[in-house]
Amino acid sequence: MSLWYWFCDLLPMDMLHWDFMKNAFLAVLLMGPLFGLLSPMIVTGRMSFFSDALGHSAFTGIAIGCICGVAAPTWVAVIFAVCFALLFSYVNHRSNHAADTLIGVFSSTAVALGIFIATLGGDSFTKYNKYLIGDILSVTPGEIGMLLLLLLAALVFSFLCSNRLTLTAVHPQLANSRGVKTGTIQTVFTVMIAVVVTLAISWVGLLILNSLLILPGASARNIAKNTRQYHGFSIVFALLAGVLGLMISYWAGASAGAAISLILAVIFGITFTLRKVRA
Amino acid sequence: MNIGSHGGSCGHSCCLRLQGLSVKIGNDPILSGVDLHVHCGELVALIGPNGAGKSTLLKAILGQIEHDGIIAFSVPGQRTRKPKIGYVPQSPVFDPGDPVTVADLFACCMSKRPAFCGLSKAMQEKVLECLARVHAQDLIHKRVGVLSGGELQRVLLALALEPLPNILILDEPLSGVDVEGMESLMDMLDELRETYDLSILMTTHDFASLPRYADQVILIDHKVVCQGKPLEVLASQDFTRVFNRKGGGSF
Repeated sequence: MSLWYWFCDLLPMDMLHWDFMKNAFLAVLLMGPLFGLLSPMIVTGRMSFFSDALGHSAFTGIAIGCICGVAAPTWVAVIFAVCFALLFSYVNHRSNHAADTLIGVFSSTAVALGIFIATLGGDSFTKYNKYLIGDILSVTPGEIGMLLLLLLAALVFSFLCSNRLTLTAVHPQLANSRGVKTGTIQTVFTVMIAVVVTLAISWVGLLILNSLLILPGASARNIAKNTRQYHGFSIVFALLAGVLGLMISYWAGASAGAAISLILAVIFGITFTLRKVRA
Repeated sequence: MNIGSHGGSCGHSCCLRLQGLSVKIGNDPILSGVDLHVHCGELVALIGPNGAGKSTLLKAILGQIEHDGIIAFSVPGQRTRKPKIGYVPQSPVFDPGDPVTVADLFACCMSKRPAFCGLSKAMQEKVLECLARVHAQDLIHKRVGVLSGGELQRVLLALALEPLPNILILDEPLSGVDVEGMESLMDMLDELRETYDLSILMTTHDFASLPRYADQVILIDHKVVCQGKPLEVLASQDFTRVFNRKGGGSF
């Protein structure tokens, strides 16, 4: 970390005067490639709504962790989210409902359970606000280390599975006939998203997490001509939004997560108009 | 009923032999007691009304659904019991918005390197080689979602031919293809069969092209109703009976 702090001091940005800003800066630099890499896979796999539902289940997990008096409720939340994801995959493969209907069922159940547990015994809900809004400025060096591990895991997953995942998303029967175990690959990806969403929730917050997972991919999809551009643009957009959002939140004194989301929304708007020009 | 000499032990070298094949989904029998032979180098067409179990039969052969009965493959000159099957799925729908090009699709199927890293030079050449088999090299950088029905079928055919299969299975390859495209697609299948000594099994609702291209036609309605030479089957009473009752085909 001290090497990073030394490097930040060399940069001509007065916002990097404080250690917490240096931490946050490093965190967005790691989050850019992480979310930028996963985003196209989520968008192509039609899992946007699902990742949102996972965020809700993570919140419930945190509430359960808090009520049990566990020191680090995030890990309880991770376990809960993974169970949630596996249960969803199980039911989804065995029911004749559309996936979005089932997501609605799971999501509302998770939220209801979370609020019920959080307010049990007349407790106030406000202490959970940090998980709703999140605060990247409070990220600790330990959490940055976790982010780095997550990024590495996402990279390994992408290199091993992204081809099969893409094939499964664009044409399941074709994937099946080429020997891809479509169910397994989807479940592994789902669990991966569950872990990422749950860990990231306390830094960026439930409300804005989804925009980080979906908007970079959606914007890239507007203008990309092939898979390489799709992922490339997505990572660039996520990085750009992270850095710009952090700077704007510093100058404007507003929530960093919200600023990042807004920048992403602007990028989506711009790429959307470019798409129209191209078509 | 059997027309010709294809029932039981037929004396031909068979690439694929089904005996007493039955498939149930839940408690509903979809197929029962299906016996059929696909001889080496033949083009066999499966016809039947909608819901007769044609696609189910293909899925059983591909090993994608549970079934009772025997499905046996034999490849001349090889001892293998598990031949390579090339499969072209039914009316594939790709989202026009997904930035997946033909080259990306091939890379996803054939390469270990993630498609988002781009294609290696060797891979690109390999894809062009595959596309050349179906005369579709110019489609390599097109997105799969914007291809016409005929173009898409050719691309999927090229994909099914790599690695070169012993038997090629196509599920409704002519649906969504215009009349001109149909003829050129059937010509291409004929050419591929000659060039690579392929056995081809396909389902179709287009009967007009059968006499010209198919060696054998099998009429299915939950069981084998009738099989034989195309003109014999198309002229049979069984054919008239099945399609008058249920419809679902065109000349």
